[in-house]
Amino acid sequence: MVKAEAVHKRFGRLEVLKGINLKVEPGEVMCLLGPSGSGKSTFLRCINHLEKINSGRLSVDGELVGYREAGGELHELRESEVSRQRAQIGMVFQQFNLFPHMTALENLIEAPTRVLKLGRDEARERARALLAQVGLTDKVDAYPAQLSGGQQQRVAIARALAMRPKLMLFDEPTSALDPELVGDVLDAMRQLARDGMTMIVVTHEMGFAREVADTVVFMDGGVVVESGKPTQVLAQPRHERTKAFLSKVL
Amino acid sequence: MPSIEATESPEPQERPEEIKAVPVRRPGRWIAAAVVAVIAVSIIHSAATNPRFQWDIVGHYLFDPRILEGVRVTVELTVVAMIIGIAGGIVLAVMRLSPNRLVSGASWIYIWFFRGTPLLVQLVFWNYIGALYPRIDLGIPFGPAFIHANANTLLKPFLVCILGLGLNEAAYMSEIVRAGIISVDEGQTQAAASLGMGRLLTMRRIVLPQSMRVIIPPTGNETISMLKNTSLVSVIAYVDLFYSAQLIYSVNYRTIPLLIVVSIWYLAMTSVLYVGQYFIERHFDRGFTLADQVNLRSRWLAFRHMS
Repeated sequence: MVKAEAVHKRFGRLEVLKGINLKVEPGEVMCLLGPSGSGKSTFLRCINHLEKINSGRLSVDGELVGYREAGGELHELRESEVSRQRAQIGMVFQQFNLFPHMTALENLIEAPTRVLKLGRDEARERARALLAQVGLTDKVDAYPAQLSGGQQQRVAIARALAMRPKLMLFDEPTSALDPELVGDVLDAMRQLARDGMTMIVVTHEMGFAREVADTVVFMDGGVVVESGKPTQVLAQPRHERTKAFLSKVL
Repeated sequence: MPSIEATESPEPQERPEEIKAVPVRRPGRWIAAAVVAVIAVSIIHSAATNPRFQWDIVGHYLFDPRILEGVRVTVELTVVAMIIGIAGGIVLAVMRLSPNRLVSGASWIYIWFFRGTPLLVQLVFWNYIGALYPRIDLGIPFGPAFIHANANTLLKPFLVCILGLGLNEAAYMSEIVRAGIISVDEGQTQAAASLGMGRLLTMRRIVLPQSMRVIIPPTGNETISMLKNTSLVSVIAYVDLFYSAQLIYSVNYRTIPLLIVVSIWYLAMTSVLYVGQYFIERHFDRGFTLADQVNLRSRWLAFRHMS
């Protein structure tokens, strides 16, 4: 589903990603772990072209992200084509980023009706079903400011799902939440993983990674230090840096 | 080590008696209130008893057809000039935020020019545009022209006023709109982008509606300023509210009462704008106040309860 080959990313002279090679299979759940500044979030944002990569190849479902290859040259995609690619990739942010001037339902039908040109009634129906799925049937008409952080994040997950994406990206989805609200959000994500969604999750929730992830990737300093099954990476890390990191967070 | 004692109380405790204390005396407030009251009463008394106010003449001219026609012209100028100002302001603000240096530079120079010269001078300038460009041609730059027009017949006085007021306003509005746009969190644009929304759609549906909360109050200010600045068109002999009053008192010398008539009308019109602004602000506050629309109703009920 996602294939990264020697992906590099610079901000000015600061090199944030120094050659990332990864492969995510359809239906796989991958958790990215690592200290802050290790490039996990940047890598995630490259996958839906919120950040442009400087070198390497990054493709989703066999299609290069943000470019087209023709005649041995890379051509930048037009804005509408980038938007079409992004519409197939859901993203959940640390700060939720719900649209505050719209109710939960309006948040969920905005992009489906305007981008996918879905009928209003169908979009509403889809939105209600998704809000029910994340346990917020009674919050359909609430504005984000009237919801707790955990409820907001679940609306944000439902909003991303309303586009029927083939891949979901989670950028530290529980880091801005009160501890007692984390559980509901993780439950929603767990359910999604069981339903077979392909997911890449940047997280500090080791319990979630151990239980749900098919693959755990440990990043540090812009490179992948090690990756493998959670039982292996979390329980028997091979690298000193992974050991040092895990000893601090576990 | 100091120990912290906490009484566990699973059951909510009975609330102790409400505090009833003797309030602090505030003689300063009483003195200030007395001073204000005395001044207010003396102003009202003098206005009522000074015969030179000529209140009967004020009443006579308040609904004079010439004055009412002036009111209509002033409202018309304000509305049309503000529409040009707001539309132009949005275009200039989006240009100013463009990554293209030439586009943002053009916007900067426009704003620099129109904010840097007095509105009065600009109005007179537009009035004499015929002296600068006697003929106005519409066509391909440096190429053939398709439409020819005589500047003096094309630029009727109304158009001169609208151009002068509207183009000047656009410069001020653009800064207000720009402040509104950059006040919206970056995360909103990113969330919209991640949902596959394009730049224009994001601007129209996500960024501008949220920036309205920041844009509306200063725009209300600008509209009130505009309403009064329209009186400047009297220098190019356009008959608005103020100029029609001038025309009347230049004949009958009832200067003071007619100035009062004019002031009453300007005050009435700005008061209407206050009400309009209140409702527009409430509309764009959707989702930003925790309490929803019930708010106003409950406040009104509370108010009635008090009195």
